[in-house]
Amino acid sequence: MYQDLMIAGFGGQGVLLAGKLLAHAGMIEGKRVTWFPSYGAEIRGGTANCTVIISDREIGSPVVPQPSAMLILNDASFVKFESRIQPSGNLFLNTSLVMRPSSRGDIVRIEIKANDIAEELGDIRIANMVMLGAFLRKTGVVTLDSILNALKALLPPRRHSLLSLNERALKCGGDVCAA
Amino acid sequence: MSKVLITGNEALAEAAVRAGCRRYFGYPITPQNEIPEYMSRRMPEVGGTFLQAESELAAINMVYGAAAVGERAMTSSSGPGISLMQEALSFIAASELPAVIVNVQRGGPGLGSISASQADYFQAVKGGGHGDYHLLVYAPSNLQEIVDLTIRAFDKADEYRTPVMILADGVLGQMMEPVEWPDITPKVFEKPWALTGAKDGEPGKVIRSLFMLPGEDGMLEQHNYRLREKYERMAAHEVMVEQMLMDDAEISVVAYGTAARIAKSAIAAARSEGIRVGLIRPITLFPFPEKAVAAAAAKVSRFLVTEMNLGQMVEDVRLAVNGKSPVAFYGRPGGAILAVNDIVKKIKEAAGKG
Repeated sequence: MYQDLMIAGFGGQGVLLAGKLLAHAGMIEGKRVTWFPSYGAEIRGGTANCTVIISDREIGSPVVPQPSAMLILNDASFVKFESRIQPSGNLFLNTSLVMRPSSRGDIVRIEIKANDIAEELGDIRIANMVMLGAFLRKTGVVTLDSILNALKALLPPRRHSLLSLNERALKCGGDVCAA
Repeated sequence: MSKVLITGNEALAEAAVRAGCRRYFGYPITPQNEIPEYMSRRMPEVGGTFLQAESELAAINMVYGAAAVGERAMTSSSGPGISLMQEALSFIAASELPAVIVNVQRGGPGLGSISASQADYFQAVKGGGHGDYHLLVYAPSNLQEIVDLTIRAFDKADEYRTPVMILADGVLGQMMEPVEWPDITPKVFEKPWALTGAKDGEPGKVIRSLFMLPGEDGMLEQHNYRLREKYERMAAHEVMVEQMLMDDAEISVVAYGTAARIAKSAIAAARSEGIRVGLIRPITLFPFPEKAVAAAAAKVSRFLVTEMNLGQMVEDVRLAVNGKSPVAFYGRPGGAILAVNDIVKKIKEAAGKG
């Protein structure tokens, strides 16, 4: 079992956190995991991204030139990274913010209006969880329970009131894939 | 034992604290800033000192001072900052003081870039500063190894009274991976040489790197022989190396650190195509695992050295192989990350299947 994933968006969309949650959930399930962020030269309003790998074998490079899956949360990241998706890989696209068609015919494009769904749930900041939920439903790489347990471990107790909102966002994202 | 998901920089800093490091001096530089950040929070919690120095020169000289009074001290930086530290590193080696220096490598020369690189192998292994000296150099390849080797670095620094370098890179520093904290009590070494004050008529002690006082003709030569004896003891006892799939290998890849992680993926891919290839991964870069490489030279038909530079460790591999087999090199400089497919291609070329 081996799954790699790049998550990209702009600073503040929670792309690094979504990646950490996934890696943490993989660790909870006893798998090998790595998480690698873009770092250092990021600029405000620019793109941020991270790469997560979950595997049952020793993981080589935590940096993946051609990821088999991508969560893309904004237009700039779409322009920058779409060409790097592995042929027949999965592109999970936040179509609340990315209106363009794909220039690739050899990938699977899964459209999620993540910002709209998040706003309907009452908090636009939860769009990252909507995207992650779609990815989880499609790939089944870790269980929803593991993600929620990871969230419990990462959130300070005073924020645990947000757990149910996160759970709803993950499920709504999943429903997009189920439909 | 339970695992924690943590970045390499933070894992290294926490391991240093657990190893008994209580004096940290540093100056910011990417990609290792999480080390001083972590230390600034953690050192006060354990009654230690965190000090952001005015420069890398100041930081390493503060380490020199803390080491001279017998404290477990550390600094961390990246290429450009480590270059600034070279004078004091030579002094610390000459003065035979224990200290731990961390280089989270980035692309060079000059200010270079902030991307991960292995461009500082020569600097770390061949001296860097002036004079006949070496550092004990550890090259971790994953985050658990960062933890274990950091703890080991403090013990070996004290045991040999020598500066020890941990040579990581931006990938290892920035990435997260699960680690387990080993259950350890820091080893305590007697340090009768430490400058703790001449009380009750004790004779005064001096830490020095200058050997030309009146009546000292030949002292430096003797001092150099003593240092050499120390490096020979390290070569006899401290070599660490991982060998993977070498039993039936016809080709041996040699790589360390992040390059070795990528090489392992390439070796798995090449093996699945029936190519008998293995890996020799130096964990200590000085002392270099020359015996493991020399032994492999008697068995394999070719070596392939892969590094994130234009060819540095390959020179030590060629010395150890000593002409017994061809040694090919593949590397990318300037902070470029090696691609698995490219290494597979080079392995196939070495196997005559390119």
